[in-house]
Amino acid sequence: MHAIQYVLVTFAFFAALGVFIRFRKGGMRLFHLGMWWMLWAGVVVVALLPDTTSLVARWLGVTRGADTALYFAMVLAFYLLFRTFGKIEDLDRQLTRVVRANALEKLENQLEAEKKVPPA
Amino acid sequence: MGKRIIVIPAYNEERTIAEVVRDAREVATRVIVVDDGSRDRTSALAKEAGALVVRHAVNRGVGAALGTGIKAAVMMDADVVVTMDADAQHRAVDAGKVFDRVEKGDVELVIGSRLKKGDEDGNMPPHRILFNTIGNLLTYFLFGIWVTDSQSGLRGLSRTAASSIELRTNGMESLSEFIKEIKDKHWRYDEVPIKAIYTDYSMSKGQNFFVGVKVAIKLIFRRFFG
Repeated sequence: MHAIQYVLVTFAFFAALGVFIRFRKGGMRLFHLGMWWMLWAGVVVVALLPDTTSLVARWLGVTRGADTALYFAMVLAFYLLFRTFGKIEDLDRQLTRVVRANALEKLENQLEAEKKVPPA
Repeated sequence: MGKRIIVIPAYNEERTIAEVVRDAREVATRVIVVDDGSRDRTSALAKEAGALVVRHAVNRGVGAALGTGIKAAVMMDADVVVTMDADAQHRAVDAGKVFDRVEKGDVELVIGSRLKKGDEDGNMPPHRILFNTIGNLLTYFLFGIWVTDSQSGLRGLSRTAASSIELRTNGMESLSEFIKEIKDKHWRYDEVPIKAIYTDYSMSKGQNFFVGVKVAIKLIFRRFFG
């Protein structure tokens, strides 16, 4: 095995682990965990069996194999993009929960006050 | 007839909110306006017109406002909750039809459809019909449920549906999330034909092509990657 294969497999392993931790904390559903794991399993397959890319390349009509640097950069960029997107979504949901809780608490107080005041 | 509550999400709607609330009160026991962080007089005008106002401290989007409004309605023991747009495109008579349909008790969700054929002719502009059809196809592809108006803001929920609905998205994509709930929670549903009122104002407030693309991307991400 080459160094790049170790790097990619390790990277995919930790990325899959990160997704699993998020799932365990309730931040994600089983279906979505499965989708992310399929994605990282694909990275492992490509890392361990690089010929699969040649097969795809031939099927697509591309004659040259994947350039290592470009390949690595794309995987990293893809990972960072989705990680950032996921984090923003999480923060967005948390902010909504806070804003909603605040709004509903005020409503509850308002309804309590309405009950105390007898109708005119 | 049980307790009917109308929920109206509103963001900077001072031009239309008072009229919408007054109309809504004709068919509902109570009207809740969720002011989604407006910077104009939406809250004050809604209150003056007789609505109960729930206010978001900052703007969170129509989906978040709907979620808050539905929770507020459940807190107030609603038997049926109907959601309505704040831009005066929905008629109170149609909200009444949606209430009536939910109150029959054999469905959990009712969609007021602008494209389902009824007694009145549809009046949706052609480009809106196109966007809506794309929205319906995407909703069907993602959630496997076919409806004729996946983007309608006029909807009715039974008490069971209102108590259990989970809207995770904050924006327009929440409209398709209602359809996802039909599938996830095995709700029975129906569509009733409604007639929307299109004005320059309501057209300027609705979805455009770019909002549509953003909604589509978010829905696809939400479906496949959580």
